[in-house]
Amino acid sequence: MNSKTLSRRQFVTGVTIGAAALAINPSLLFAGMRNNITTLTGNTFNLSIGAQSVNFTGTMRSATTVNNALPAPLLRFKEGEMITLNVTNHLTENTSIHWHGLILPSEMDGVPDISNDFHGIKPGETFTYRFKAQQSGTYWYHSHSSFQEQTGLYGPIVIDPAGKDPITYDKDYVVMLSDWTDENPTDVYHKLKKLSHYYNFNERTHTDLMEDIEKKGLENTWNDRKMWNQMRMSQRDLSDVTGYTYTYLANGITPDKGWVGLFEKGDKVRVRFINGSAMTFFDVRIPGLKMTVVAADGQNIEPVSVDECRIGVAETYDVIVEPKYDRAYTIFAQDISRSGYARGTLTPDASMLGEVPELDKASSLTHSDMGMNMSNMAGMDHSTMNMSWPMKGMDHAKMNHTSMNMKQTTMVGMDHSKMDHSSMGQQKSMAGMDHSKMKMTGNKKMLTMDSMVTHADTEFGPHIDMRSADPQYRLDDPGVGLRNNGRKVLVYADLRNLHMTHNYPDPDREIQLHLTGNMSRYMWSINGVKFADAEPLRFKFGEVVRITFVNDTMMNHPMHLHGMWSDLETGDNRYIPRKHTVIVQPGAKISYRVQVDAKGSWAYHCHLLYHMLGMFRRVDVV
Amino acid sequence: MEYLKIITIGCLFVLTSSSFASGMEDDPVVTKVMGEVELRSTDGANPGAWNIEAWIGKDLNKFWVKTKGERVAGHTEKSELQWLYSKAVTPFWDLQFGVKQDFQPKPKRHWGVIAAKGLAPYLFEVDASLFVGESGRLGARLDAEYEYMLSQKLILSPEVEINAFSKDDELTGTGKGLSSVEAGLRLRYEVTREFAPYIGINWEKKYGKTADFSIAEGEDIEDAQIVVGVRFWF
Repeated sequence: MNSKTLSRRQFVTGVTIGAAALAINPSLLFAGMRNNITTLTGNTFNLSIGAQSVNFTGTMRSATTVNNALPAPLLRFKEGEMITLNVTNHLTENTSIHWHGLILPSEMDGVPDISNDFHGIKPGETFTYRFKAQQSGTYWYHSHSSFQEQTGLYGPIVIDPAGKDPITYDKDYVVMLSDWTDENPTDVYHKLKKLSHYYNFNERTHTDLMEDIEKKGLENTWNDRKMWNQMRMSQRDLSDVTGYTYTYLANGITPDKGWVGLFEKGDKVRVRFINGSAMTFFDVRIPGLKMTVVAADGQNIEPVSVDECRIGVAETYDVIVEPKYDRAYTIFAQDISRSGYARGTLTPDASMLGEVPELDKASSLTHSDMGMNMSNMAGMDHSTMNMSWPMKGMDHAKMNHTSMNMKQTTMVGMDHSKMDHSSMGQQKSMAGMDHSKMKMTGNKKMLTMDSMVTHADTEFGPHIDMRSADPQYRLDDPGVGLRNNGRKVLVYADLRNLHMTHNYPDPDREIQLHLTGNMSRYMWSINGVKFADAEPLRFKFGEVVRITFVNDTMMNHPMHLHGMWSDLETGDNRYIPRKHTVIVQPGAKISYRVQVDAKGSWAYHCHLLYHMLGMFRRVDVV
Repeated sequence: MEYLKIITIGCLFVLTSSSFASGMEDDPVVTKVMGEVELRSTDGANPGAWNIEAWIGKDLNKFWVKTKGERVAGHTEKSELQWLYSKAVTPFWDLQFGVKQDFQPKPKRHWGVIAAKGLAPYLFEVDASLFVGESGRLGARLDAEYEYMLSQKLILSPEVEINAFSKDDELTGTGKGLSSVEAGLRLRYEVTREFAPYIGINWEKKYGKTADFSIAEGEDIEDAQIVVGVRFWF
């Protein structure tokens, strides 16, 4: 390693701001004082998990921390090295650490009772993790026990490449975004069970109704809302937990204080964004600067220049920014429901701060977020469609559960002779549909369909409030709240592996997994079966599996497979990007390939903390 | 009391829990108590009314208690208590079975209950109950409520309750057929989600034989009141 690369890789540390904060008891207010996260480097790390008093809101609370830091210390090591991490539990309950996105043996993956031979770290005990760093890039680590991820047990990992880094930069910063609540996470969960919209203060009101009627007229307003009203769903249900209770943090710093990173005019600044939240999707931008995204989930991609980037829970994106002027730039990370933001500043001078933009107006979910295919529906009269979820009058057995999709794909694929039209007729709401018309629009689409979306028997019942009628691949959809906002927003279709993947073997088989739930009962599951009742998924060692997710809910779910990469099918098989966490948009489908190259048992789950208890599977690779 | 034994056994069954890998329970036992307590501008000293429900249980199986009543001048005029087992049967509806006791007006009456409680399309909260009383007397009640959000915290909620019976019960003053209709309109302000003071109006009218019984007792058969109260849950 020559001196030039050394200086490039030099990590910026020790920018201390906030002299006033020094007067306050440091043991209580460390979060307000430190600007940069503590960095530990080398190949052996001693991590001590304990309880720590923090004060983010004016009220003192107990957090779960590593080495008394929130976020936990940044662990920086080198690709190819053997890494040893001694993790000691000073809590009164069990704990664990999972190294998110790292390829390692199951025994070292840190999920209690799922990872091989691992049952959590008991109070007073030390567990030694040892594994070889097989990759480079930006990752993170967090607890996989109880709700400790919500109370602060998360930290960044940066693995420097063994060879030359294809990305060049002068400054290197980690910005770890997270959500803090003063509430006990168990109370948060129970509140959601009692009143699922507890934290949503963005519901439609009288004012919205009047505006809509004025704009669209009474009839159109009625029709627009008809399906939502019939389905008993909120079009404004963007995030289960919001800024009502959350304080959004950047590197453990509240938005009023703000994290600060220094640059010199002309620097290439690498910012490694990590979403270490329990429940929050962040939409990140740096007004005045283009962000060149160079890595997704730690893996290098072909650089793509954007204004804004949605980071789902547990995703990471590395961006390069090149400030050309001696001015301050605000890193603005607003939550998906626009109830708050985390803030940082890139500035040539710590005393110079950038302007903070207004929060965007919160958006509403659309019919495509409900699992309908809007591209083929232009000619359809929504008011006569009048669907209801679920469709009780239908003869499911005879319909082969091919969803209640009365439009093109499944309609064409269905065996009409087996369909009990008489029983369908009993379903009043379907009588008004023009089947012949739909069949016509469908034929063309059928040719490009790879697999049919079918809903399992287990997806029918009181625990499921929706099934997507016709979920679409929406790789070029930036998602609710970011559509047509005038900014160039990163979409999954933009992700192209930096290296060719044309030799990628075709999948041996496909597994379709439906993300399911009942929002108002606050129940979450996969294929309608919650983890507690589910058989493990079985992957065969050596095979290539295509996972196709169908989202039968109106929430975004960041799905994380442990132990193996999720190689995202973006449509261009020559440059398949690798991810460890993949957002499945509401009512959408998405697929990725998994090279099953890691034996043992692995966790596979939604990374939203209050969903994962049910929306979870064990994967056994044998 | 036989049904209390059944409830206890049922409780033990429902509350038996399974544990999750990392020590968390996806379907924990949760309790909720919710209700409205209000003062009404009607005849007599300090007239008031309560309508309180509580449940304990898991996602799909719960025990539910409902009580409502009215008091005037320190005297309870009407009161009832229901003990129900509540089972989720569709995404938005629960079926409830159990017993109901009417303590006031005297004499005490016992009923078996089957109810459908849930959210109807267009977001109407509905509680429809069928009561099976002594000597085969049937009662039916429909309660429906809607929440219109004036703002995120200011909510206008119209509510209607309709009662009907299959046979006369002269002693309690309830008659065959449509017995009473109660309609209310309450405007509440959610100081927090859990605590919302409100003002509103409440209108009640008795019909048919029930009205006749009231007239014979020298009571009004129609009453409209202004109400002030608190809606709460925890």
